[in-house]
Amino acid sequence: MLAALSVLESVTRTELISSRHFPPPTKIFSTLARELGSATLWSDLANTLGGWALGLALAFAIAVPLGIVVGSSALLHRLLALPIEFLRPIPSVALVPLVVLVYGTGFQSKLFLVVFACLWPLLIQTIYGVQDTDPVAMDTARSFGLGRTERLVLVTLPGAVPYIATGLRISSSVALMLAVTAELVIGSAGLGRSINLAGEGGAVELMYALIVVIGVTGWALNSVFARIERRVLHWHVSVRRLEHAR
Amino acid sequence: MSLLEVHELSKVYGEGAAATPAISELTFAVEEREFVCVIGPSGCGKTTLLRCVAGLLAPTAGSVVLRGKRVARPPDEMALVFQEYNRSLFPWMTARQNVAFPLRRKRLGKQGAARAETALDEVGLGRFVDHYPWQLSGGMQQRVAIARALAYQPSVLLMDEPFASVDAQTRADLEDLILQLRQRFGVTVVFVTHDIDEAVYLGDRIVVLTRAPGRIRETVLVGLPEPRDQIETKALAEFTRLRTHVNRVIKQEAARQPASPDAQGS
Amino acid sequence: MRRVTAAAIELAMALALLAVWWIWSAGSDSFYFPPLPDILATFGDTWVFARAGSDVVPSLARLTAGFSIAVVIGIGGGILLGGSRTARGAVGPIVEFLRAIPPPALIPAGIVALGIGDVMKVFIIAMACIWPILLNAIDGVAGVETTLVETARSYGIRRRDRLRFVILPAALPQIFAGMRISLSVAIIVMVVSEMVASSNGIGFFILQSQRSFAIAEMWSGILLLGLLGYALNRGLTRIERRMLHWHRATRSSALART
Repeated sequence: MLAALSVLESVTRTELISSRHFPPPTKIFSTLARELGSATLWSDLANTLGGWALGLALAFAIAVPLGIVVGSSALLHRLLALPIEFLRPIPSVALVPLVVLVYGTGFQSKLFLVVFACLWPLLIQTIYGVQDTDPVAMDTARSFGLGRTERLVLVTLPGAVPYIATGLRISSSVALMLAVTAELVIGSAGLGRSINLAGEGGAVELMYALIVVIGVTGWALNSVFARIERRVLHWHVSVRRLEHAR
Repeated sequence: MSLLEVHELSKVYGEGAAATPAISELTFAVEEREFVCVIGPSGCGKTTLLRCVAGLLAPTAGSVVLRGKRVARPPDEMALVFQEYNRSLFPWMTARQNVAFPLRRKRLGKQGAARAETALDEVGLGRFVDHYPWQLSGGMQQRVAIARALAYQPSVLLMDEPFASVDAQTRADLEDLILQLRQRFGVTVVFVTHDIDEAVYLGDRIVVLTRAPGRIRETVLVGLPEPRDQIETKALAEFTRLRTHVNRVIKQEAARQPASPDAQGS
Repeated sequence: MRRVTAAAIELAMALALLAVWWIWSAGSDSFYFPPLPDILATFGDTWVFARAGSDVVPSLARLTAGFSIAVVIGIGGGILLGGSRTARGAVGPIVEFLRAIPPPALIPAGIVALGIGDVMKVFIIAMACIWPILLNAIDGVAGVETTLVETARSYGIRRRDRLRFVILPAALPQIFAGMRISLSVAIIVMVVSEMVASSNGIGFFILQSQRSFAIAEMWSGILLLGLLGYALNRGLTRIERRMLHWHRATRSSALART
């Protein structure tokens, strides 16, 4: 990492890469240090993360219950399979102009885009998870006379948790991407807009400093969700291992 | 000079405080056309020994010499059959492609495919040349692995517990197949197993290893009459005597010291 | 027979949804949601084939170029890094950081460094697509069954042949998983980059339509993107199925055994 940074430093210092296009890392970091003391950076970050968090939460609240319902009914799944297949690949960014028309250029637009984009990974993972219920566990539960609701809570949901965790990890990075896109294209307040403005205004060092901020943010979010996923997956996998050993 | 000589072979995994010796100063020789079984308590380093002999693993000390030449990497006179047939066959290749693949080294061109087919025929899979491994049963998959070794026309065939993961009936069939092929092609076999009956039934000679780190505890000559037969041979008093003897040696060996908790698997 | 019924149900549902949209929008005098027939008519006028050459072709060309570059670099890098633990350790943190940057955030930097031309767009698309492919390829290569490699080694297969016939096929399922993720990212980045800085392309067209209040045109563009996304995904899945038929079969036979 340090080696890569020092190579970058030397090629930019010697103008092998023009510093107007890519300033030396030390300059980027000193700009970053200065910015860390400014209120704009923090309010931008709060705006971006606000869109990310609220969007992800809304998508979760819609997709997971829906996924459970659809996943536990063969007929519903069959009915909705094709519409889902068609809606999912619509790049959510294609809806940018539409949401601008309907919601304007504010926070609501950003929120809508984030929710729309996060819905699909979560929905599909939940459906997979519910459908992947171990039939032996299900029969066992049934033989003990557990009712429909109990089976759902005690057998189906725990089995689906790892899938939902994976869906959350994917959706989290999609959410950040869409939040930044909305800020970039529509101009909702946040890091994306500031990066764009810095680029257009020729403040190259500031632009890269902000890209570093968004990168670190993304990295932190990734790590948290990957850790959650690994924790539930670990449990899941160890259960599966036992089954195989049997 | 013997065909294959193993000389004071040692292998230590790890270094310093974490060093675990797997085999220690093993010396034995295998003659041309001989069938040698290597057996020992679990975790005694049988697989380590075989991987060193095959040239897949560099020994810490000692040497493996094939026809007077020291083995430093897999020699083209040897073929290895693994226990895990489902992991040693390439799932994206058909049986024919699997068998023909190692022949690339021998640059046979079209002939390679023909030789692969013949080999598959020999193991009774003539009708399954275009099947993928996952379309075959476990026993058939292991037959493909054997055919692959055969088509390579090795002078030494190394087998690492090849029949440990198939059911009893298939196992008996495969044992007889190996004996037959060995008779036909005069190939020398080094056969690692943890099954005493199998070792006595197949071998001309049995090398019994000590518990880890493996050394040679005893070499048992098997004088059972040829050809061997699953029912007749196993009914002989001599068969019973030999297996009881080997069994006793291994039992004693396993009880010799309290097992160290970190004794590593073979 | 059951498959036919299933397909029939799926199709019926899709048609029903379309019908609902049709009826709901028919009486619509909302400016933003024009009647579906209008959108479809505009779709025909616009894309068959009036603007196909001027907007669809440039978009697809950028997408293909960026995605292909990412595939080549991703697989190559994956083979290099997957084989060496040290290399993975050294490069790991850099990769983790770069892939965490939401790709659209790089567009302003791309404009500063490379201008607003096609080079910038291809570069950004490739930048966005590399990571999922690279990381999956690394995992795939590092996770190749050791018995397979040792089998090849014990038969004296050369290094180059081992890479080509053993390691690459074994890692291919993972690589395809990465490519599927990358493809959807590629479409997003293509559209965003065209919205931010372009004078042609589907993304440009949609935004331009909205700004000039050509709402039916805008909808037709959204529809086109949906169809394109669907078709591209289907295409990739089809290639994957063909190349990985052994993989699906291995997995299902393994499942059947337990």
